[in-house]
Amino acid sequence: MQLAETYNDKVVRQFTLATVVWGIVGMLVGVVIAAQLLFPALNFDLPWLTYSRLRPLHTNAVIFAFGGSALFATSYYVVQRTCHARLISDGLAAFTFWGWQLVILLAAITLPLGITSGKEYAELEWPIDLLITVVWVAYGVVFFGTIVRRKVKHIYVANWFFAAFIITVAVLHVVNSMAVPVTALKSYSVYPGVVDAMVQWWYGHNAVGFFLTAGFLGIMYYFVPKQAGRPVYSYRLSVVHFWALISIYMWAGPHHLIYTSLPDWAQSLGMVFSLILIAPSWGGMINGIMTLSGAWHKLRTDPILKFMIVSLSFYGMSTFEGPMMSIKSVNALSHYTEWTIGHVHSGALGWVAMITIGAVYMLVPRLYGRTEMYSTKAIDAHFWVMTIGIVLYVAAMWIAGVMEGLMWRATNADGTLTYTFVESLKSKYPYYAVRLLGGVMVLAGMFLMAWNVLRTIRNPQASTADQPVLAPSHA
Amino acid sequence: MSGFWNGWIVVLTLANVAGALWLLWATSRREPNDARAEQGDPDTTGHTWDGDLKEYNNPLPRWWLWLFYGSVAFGVGYMVLFPALGSFGGALGWSQAGQWQAQTLEAERRANEQFAKFAGKSVVELQRDPDAMRVARNLYANNCAMCHGSDARGAKGFPNLHATNFQYGKEPDTLVATIALGRQGVMPAWADALGAQGVEEVASYVYSLSGRKAPADLVAGGQAKFGMFCASCHGADGTGMPVLGAPNLTDQYWTYGGSIEAIKETITAGRQNQMPAHLDLLGEQRVKLLAAYVLSLGPPAAEPATQTAQNVPAADAAAAVVPVTGDASGH
Repeated sequence: MQLAETYNDKVVRQFTLATVVWGIVGMLVGVVIAAQLLFPALNFDLPWLTYSRLRPLHTNAVIFAFGGSALFATSYYVVQRTCHARLISDGLAAFTFWGWQLVILLAAITLPLGITSGKEYAELEWPIDLLITVVWVAYGVVFFGTIVRRKVKHIYVANWFFAAFIITVAVLHVVNSMAVPVTALKSYSVYPGVVDAMVQWWYGHNAVGFFLTAGFLGIMYYFVPKQAGRPVYSYRLSVVHFWALISIYMWAGPHHLIYTSLPDWAQSLGMVFSLILIAPSWGGMINGIMTLSGAWHKLRTDPILKFMIVSLSFYGMSTFEGPMMSIKSVNALSHYTEWTIGHVHSGALGWVAMITIGAVYMLVPRLYGRTEMYSTKAIDAHFWVMTIGIVLYVAAMWIAGVMEGLMWRATNADGTLTYTFVESLKSKYPYYAVRLLGGVMVLAGMFLMAWNVLRTIRNPQASTADQPVLAPSHA
Repeated sequence: MSGFWNGWIVVLTLANVAGALWLLWATSRREPNDARAEQGDPDTTGHTWDGDLKEYNNPLPRWWLWLFYGSVAFGVGYMVLFPALGSFGGALGWSQAGQWQAQTLEAERRANEQFAKFAGKSVVELQRDPDAMRVARNLYANNCAMCHGSDARGAKGFPNLHATNFQYGKEPDTLVATIALGRQGVMPAWADALGAQGVEEVASYVYSLSGRKAPADLVAGGQAKFGMFCASCHGADGTGMPVLGAPNLTDQYWTYGGSIEAIKETITAGRQNQMPAHLDLLGEQRVKLLAAYVLSLGPPAAEPATQTAQNVPAADAAAAVVPVTGDASGH
């Protein structure tokens, strides 16, 4: 009997709780390394606590453990609801959960031990890369298999973005991780010199474009209209910005290699396509914000909507700032400075973490048979402490970055540099302190969320009973 | 880049830009109910998901459309003017190497104006010229501070330039030679020749040379061995030999530390050190200015005579940043 089919929410619950846990872990490591920049003695002279090893642990934990778990949870939830079908295989779905947690665990062990391929955001060594590939293929089978089983003809827009994210990340991961193993724990990239750099940043920037942008736009396209109770603003806009976004993002990677040994033409393409990318990126912001318009009054009472509107605002801001930073003359100032760190965190905390947290606050009650979170006031408090924390963080890094960029390039009439490197470092200390404060506030918000989630799921009336698949409605 | 790949990348680039333009043009055409949408009463696409998820089909915002067209127009213009389309170098003939060369030549021309007034002056004359010393201080901060410290007090293995005794001598010509050609400092390892007891004795004797108390029996044994193994470089009285770069062992200054442990380590394993050559990097004029600057450094009155490189607390060295503001005219 078809109507007796239920959604597989067990795997969604697992990934949702993993999102909360890895969010705290990843951001805690971030706070530790922010503190180490202020107080270098905090590595306690232990090699596995040094900045150089904890920094990749931080980036891997927040991007792939926190962000990855959020994408698994939301994509599994959304694809079932918008296809009106249960996931194609419970076994494979469970495999993706435990497989992904194993990847995270191995990362947490190998990175502090200094086992790394040395490629940014792709540090994990080849045996773990192989495991990621297997898990990712299983993810693709579960997702696309469920799409095939859909009971409605039209594929909902959120699923386009999840689909693009899953396919592209598979291609990026496999191509960039091609390496020759020399031992069980060490391999060398197959690409030589500047080709390796180009492949690395083709991967690196598209990890931002498809993992952290397309995937989270998928979250936005389901959770924003759901929470606002309004239709998506424009179907046409979603079509044009989807195709433009995924085709143009592919070219933007070389903007990480401006004024390097990369050939001029490739650098120029990186810059040109980054600038053309502004409008496609903003298409998503417009669709999100205009969907909320008409529901502005709900912002007074619904802190989840506040997370979403601020997240879309940060998305719009970072996707304008990024193209500006890719302009050669701007990049000459901004590159290698804290400005880049500020830009990344306005995207990663402001956009990615904010939309994720909004989605988690919507998911948890729905997954546990409740109508709302244990404390709406705590959500509101989380919103404010996080927003202020991000603003402090980003503003501090902007100032520090522009300042050190200007100090590095200042020269005297005799051709010498006006400032020594240590002077530029010393000038950044106050901003490092402000950044640490901002990071601590964001982390505090995460603890508040964990408490709120725990109280919600520990409620005696909470239930994990299977929910029946909703019959498609025919307009 | 071969002809095929060149053509491939150009075609791919232009096809993607053209594709984006076609997509924009196709989706921006008016649809029958756009007028109603503009009056705030848009239709949905007629699809519903998950109970209540629907989509309006509002027309593309005009400002957004023009932003997109504008950025594409800018991109195409840029690809015509600058190198972007395969091996086509761009109408302006710009390259990053060309930009670097032009900026470097201009910077060198301006710097040479500054240095012209110091031409032909001796190291001692330069040292007395406040203008020269201001420039020399900038040169020091850019080229020397990373090893010798921005306060020139050095660190373990990096000599303190405020010291009275220089390993290779502090005469102007010697300083110029040290900076221009560099130095290779080698102290051989003596563990095999001396044995553990021998190292203990010689270390105690060396320790006692700077007026410090050490066990008399060890010192006596060490003195004999010092004469046999060490005196040929450090001199019979241990006052060193600057020509060889053999340090004076009777003063209070120690490049690698003056504790009994540090001295034993030096004797046991030897030391390898290098001051890099700077003549090719800086040219003779700047080397002379740097020699003059080092000459101008002396032990400041407030510093105790026992000050050694390695007992300057590291934090102080990092914090005592020399303000190298110099004359920042024109920049």
